[in-house]
Amino acid sequence: MLRDEDRIFTNLYGLHDPGLAGALKRGDWSGTKDLILKGRDWLVEEVKNSGLRGRGGAGFGTGLKWSFMPKPGSGRPHYLVVNADESEPGTCKDREIIRHDPHKLVEGCLLASVAMDVHTCYIYIRGEYYNEAQRLQAAIDEAYAAGLIGPDACGSGYAFDLYLHRGAGAYICGEESALLESLEGRKGQPRMKPPFPAGAGLYGCPTTVNNVESISVVPTILRRGSAWFAALGKPKNVGTKIFCISGHVNKPCSVEEELGIPLKELIETYAGGVRGGWDNLLAIIPGGSSVPMIPKSICETVTMDFDALREVRSGLGTAAVIVMDKSTDIIKAIARLSRFYKHESCGQCTPCREGTGWVWRMMERMVKGNAAVEEIDLLLEVTQQMEGHTICALADAAAWPVQGLIRHFRPEMEARIHQYRDAAQRRVAAE
Amino acid sequence: MPKLTINGTEVEVPPGFTILQACNQAGIEVPHFCFHQRLAIAGNCRMCLVEQEKAPKPVASCAMPVADGMVVHTNSPLAQKARKGVMEFLLINHPLDCPICDQGGECDLQDEAMAYGKDRGRYQEAKRAVREKDFGPLVKATMTRCIHCTRCIRFASDVAGVPDLGGTGRGENMEVGTYVEKALTSELSGNMIDLCPVGALTSKPYAFEARAWELRKTESVDVLDALGTNIRLDVRGQAVMRILPRVNEDVNEEWLSDKGRFAVDGLLKRRLDRPYIRRNGKLVEASWPEALTAVADRFGKLSGDKIAAIAGDLCDVESMLALKELMVSLGSANLDCRQDGAKTPAAPRAGYLFNSTIAGIDKADVVLLIGSNPRQEAPVLNARLRKRYLKGGFRAAQIGPAFDATFPITVLGAGPDVLQALADGAHPWFETLKGAQNPMIILGSGAVARADGLAILELARRLADAAGVVRDDWNGFNVLQRAASRVGGLDIGFVPGAGGRDLEGILDGSSTGAIEAVYLLGADEFDTSRLGSAFVVYQGHHGDKGAARADVVLPGAAYTEKNGTYVNTEGRVQLGRLAVYPPGEAKEDWRVLRALSEQLGRALAYDSLPQLRQHMLSQFPLFAQVDHVVPAPWLPFAAAGTVSAAGFSYPIDTYYMTDPISRASPTMAECVVSFAPNPQSKTGTHG
Amino acid sequence: MSGDSGGIHVDQPESFEFTPENLVRAKALIAKYPEGRQASAVLPLLYLVQEQHDNWVPRVAMDYVGAMLDMAPIRVYEVATFYTMFNLKPVGPYFLQVCTTTPCWLRGSDAVLDACRSKLGIDIDERTADGKFTIVEVECLGGCVNAPILRVNDDNYEDLDGPRTLALLEALERGEKPPRGPTIDRQNSAPVGGPTTLTTLRFDGGGDAA
Repeated sequence: MLRDEDRIFTNLYGLHDPGLAGALKRGDWSGTKDLILKGRDWLVEEVKNSGLRGRGGAGFGTGLKWSFMPKPGSGRPHYLVVNADESEPGTCKDREIIRHDPHKLVEGCLLASVAMDVHTCYIYIRGEYYNEAQRLQAAIDEAYAAGLIGPDACGSGYAFDLYLHRGAGAYICGEESALLESLEGRKGQPRMKPPFPAGAGLYGCPTTVNNVESISVVPTILRRGSAWFAALGKPKNVGTKIFCISGHVNKPCSVEEELGIPLKELIETYAGGVRGGWDNLLAIIPGGSSVPMIPKSICETVTMDFDALREVRSGLGTAAVIVMDKSTDIIKAIARLSRFYKHESCGQCTPCREGTGWVWRMMERMVKGNAAVEEIDLLLEVTQQMEGHTICALADAAAWPVQGLIRHFRPEMEARIHQYRDAAQRRVAAE
Repeated sequence: MPKLTINGTEVEVPPGFTILQACNQAGIEVPHFCFHQRLAIAGNCRMCLVEQEKAPKPVASCAMPVADGMVVHTNSPLAQKARKGVMEFLLINHPLDCPICDQGGECDLQDEAMAYGKDRGRYQEAKRAVREKDFGPLVKATMTRCIHCTRCIRFASDVAGVPDLGGTGRGENMEVGTYVEKALTSELSGNMIDLCPVGALTSKPYAFEARAWELRKTESVDVLDALGTNIRLDVRGQAVMRILPRVNEDVNEEWLSDKGRFAVDGLLKRRLDRPYIRRNGKLVEASWPEALTAVADRFGKLSGDKIAAIAGDLCDVESMLALKELMVSLGSANLDCRQDGAKTPAAPRAGYLFNSTIAGIDKADVVLLIGSNPRQEAPVLNARLRKRYLKGGFRAAQIGPAFDATFPITVLGAGPDVLQALADGAHPWFETLKGAQNPMIILGSGAVARADGLAILELARRLADAAGVVRDDWNGFNVLQRAASRVGGLDIGFVPGAGGRDLEGILDGSSTGAIEAVYLLGADEFDTSRLGSAFVVYQGHHGDKGAARADVVLPGAAYTEKNGTYVNTEGRVQLGRLAVYPPGEAKEDWRVLRALSEQLGRALAYDSLPQLRQHMLSQFPLFAQVDHVVPAPWLPFAAAGTVSAAGFSYPIDTYYMTDPISRASPTMAECVVSFAPNPQSKTGTHG
Repeated sequence: MSGDSGGIHVDQPESFEFTPENLVRAKALIAKYPEGRQASAVLPLLYLVQEQHDNWVPRVAMDYVGAMLDMAPIRVYEVATFYTMFNLKPVGPYFLQVCTTTPCWLRGSDAVLDACRSKLGIDIDERTADGKFTIVEVECLGGCVNAPILRVNDDNYEDLDGPRTLALLEALERGEKPPRGPTIDRQNSAPVGGPTTLTTLRFDGGGDAA
């Protein structure tokens, strides 16, 4: 169990003052100037050494990503854009950082910007986080007023501007290139890659897009040292992570723990256990709606990290743990996710635009059982026709939950179909 | 140059090529819908997915740049499977209404479905339907068929420069349209019909008129402006059913203006299909011998100085030459092919050509428009200017009233005073022109079709010389002609001979009685009331102003009904071809003139079109250079008079009606109503 | 709404312009973006329109914003119809957004929705006869450990069930504004019964309930 001293987000639950005064007491903004003055290369190297992997879902090395930015002097401005478009069902970790520890984010923006020769940073926050945005804006204003950011950030001579930009209801804007499109004032439709944002991102300039949590842990990593962070968790899956445990647990909550914590321990220790006891567990979606579910048998032993979850054909994603007990209509639970992806598809690529609607409509029939057994194969095939065939990964995200359902709960789907058929036959017989 | 392997064959392509372009170069076809070589890359249809070794998933070949050592398979099982999947997705919400769809038979989706579609649908759910949309009188929208490739959106925004179209809503509810009820306000809107890979956008006037496989195709050129757009005439029976553009990179790329495309129905209306003679003030039907006798009786008895001929805007060179030679044989020097009153002399040739060439626009970096609104005078050329603007490093200015050119233009002023200042080097833009790599000056008919036109031309030349607009390797001095016949007419010298009268002189002479007979070869676009009491012959194809004033009407052939030579504004000789025969008793124009010459006892020296052409080539070897532009030498211009202070104005006030064909077109009439300056006032409740 | 480009709401105002105060705010919003990139301000300005105009964006306002940002009107229409938080028709002053995505559904969003329906006598995408309430169904609001959530205008009411939803609606009807956040005894996203971590650290408090 992670010791409180090793937790980064010390105001996760908002017990303390989220403002600058409170943040200073919690150690934020201490020695920031010195960190800035250590310079770009040191900052990138230190974050690389820490082994921090992006906390937005893909798990790409944060320091490595930073190193893709061109060297200074290209003549074009560089941008850091922070992805606060937290919209993955099950996920509400960034929300806690933004509303309760916003200065960690603001300070992280500054330090990451220095590391990438960025002088203007935008935080793109989902529109629904209205009150959270107010809180963050207040923190930004405080930081400006205190000279922590602005023309001479922390007295270091480094000029740094930070702006908050609200989205307006589009899950797809969590995809980094769609986010950039949106920030430029267009529909949030993902861009083709190449070019990658580090070459041509916001306004065609070199840009790095990082998740809120990735950026917010940076100041603490730099202060306590990369070795400290790298020693937490498991090899290649180091550090701490905010887990959000929702669904059928006794005490849903968010909690910061080490990567690699056993899933069962996470639930039992922090979320009061599965409703009705561990044996009442049906399945868990371990990383937000986009990752395939895992049945109880896997949940027994799997650990919560990128690699272990990949091994069981799921993923850590955003570390949003959605727990479903045996009372769950698992087909309906996934059908609702299918509807979510249909609603959120930007409509650009054929397989996603058409496939998400098709899958959802079939899933609705599967919920009732109003289908032929062979249609389960068709459903699987349709998800495979979507997967990997589009500009961005939304189609994959729409495909995987359904594939996970079929992989682990095919008998239940078949039973539902038989049930429906039997009932229909009885109706006919009765007439 | 990067080398890559496609389907086992090594291909070397220029850097920056996409996989799709590399495939095309290697002769390997990759199916696609959203990709179009003249539009920005969208990458959304996913039909062009190919397998790239070492890539984790199939890549969109239209968007993926090649890299050295790439190994690509366009027909591997992975690529095939991906494509079949995409095809199935495209079809699930596409109505299977091919039998009633005008795109049927020439539909990309239909064609690719033959290759990649399944024999039956697996989609059991409800199909999407999309609300009816009205895009105005030209483009019919059946958006339930839309596959969301966004070609039309990209065309409207990028090529036409009229951002009316967009995709509203999102996901499967996304709809391509204007959102607010609104006609597409571009003179190039018909091209979206060609671009649409399915039957979502089809031609409204052509709806349910014909099937692609019923049509006989004839390659020709458009004559409704002076660009010489290459077109294809699609004919069924004796009617041109539709007109489509052909690719000519140097002229129109693959675009066609709406007038050139949609005025086609004007070819069937108000046609002169038999001769007429005015008797007791009324035109009554006559036979050819009667009509020709009537003409010969008057023209044969008058001395040459009392007769005159004016050639209209749609004439082919052959008939103008025949008319000129007939008039000369009658001793007349009173000829003009500039019915708009343009003062451009017949020499030097560089004084009336678009010398930079149309393709030369791509190389220009600074453009000065003088009395020209190319968006109305030559929409396709305007699109080329816009294309050049989009490439960046381009500046444009104009002298004349402001208009929406679809690209930024600095208005320098309204009249010749600004031109004078420029020519004197006393205007800041002089330095801009002078400093340009490839500067262009474009004079429109608003600059040269005025009393002081010759002086304006000369002044523009002074500017061109002073600013270095003309060099050995670049001639940036351009006249943008509006009339398809004009350059050819000037090339053969259809202008006053020694002591002869020009248009003004002819009209003045007619009103005073000095001119007693006037021969109008398709000439309608001037004030016919000034013809006074002259005896007027109108030879042409439409019962328009000229015919209404005529004493004898001789029915001729429209451009689709004859083989004829046209020279476009850049001096490119092109051939128009007969697609259908002239209606009724109407005849090819040179034939009418040949018959008349016989009647007059001054038989022209040619009895067939080949003979006439041979004669033409012997006199003007230039016409042998079909499809080429021969650069015109930069010779001195004629002496000029003085410039008046009047500001420039543009000759076209209604783009959709500029000639007898478009004036007869019901479709163009609808456009005039739909695209009236303030459409809101028409229906009241737009939006 | 909800990504449907649909028909344009019929009863549209003739004109729209920002109040002088909002014009000042609009200019400040535009100034956040580099010169020539003013289109970036389209979402902020549409929000400002919505704030000024009874929580919906009329078509003339899209044109107005387009003109202000040098965007073709259709580009603004695209944006306004793509993002679901812009209401393109009038809604009640109590704009009820019920999250029914799986995490909320697992925790009983059906009961929340049913409570709204039965209390107000309207269904999703409808508005009460008195005009006060509009119900819409929304996708994940990003507060899943406090599911289920009913969002009223900009405030989330969390950890709801049927009875607490009814109580909330009654309070709203009375013109009250209950504090946002968990509707049960709970410290934000901490587990019920109080935090089990961060208990050994001592700062000087000053925290909040939301």
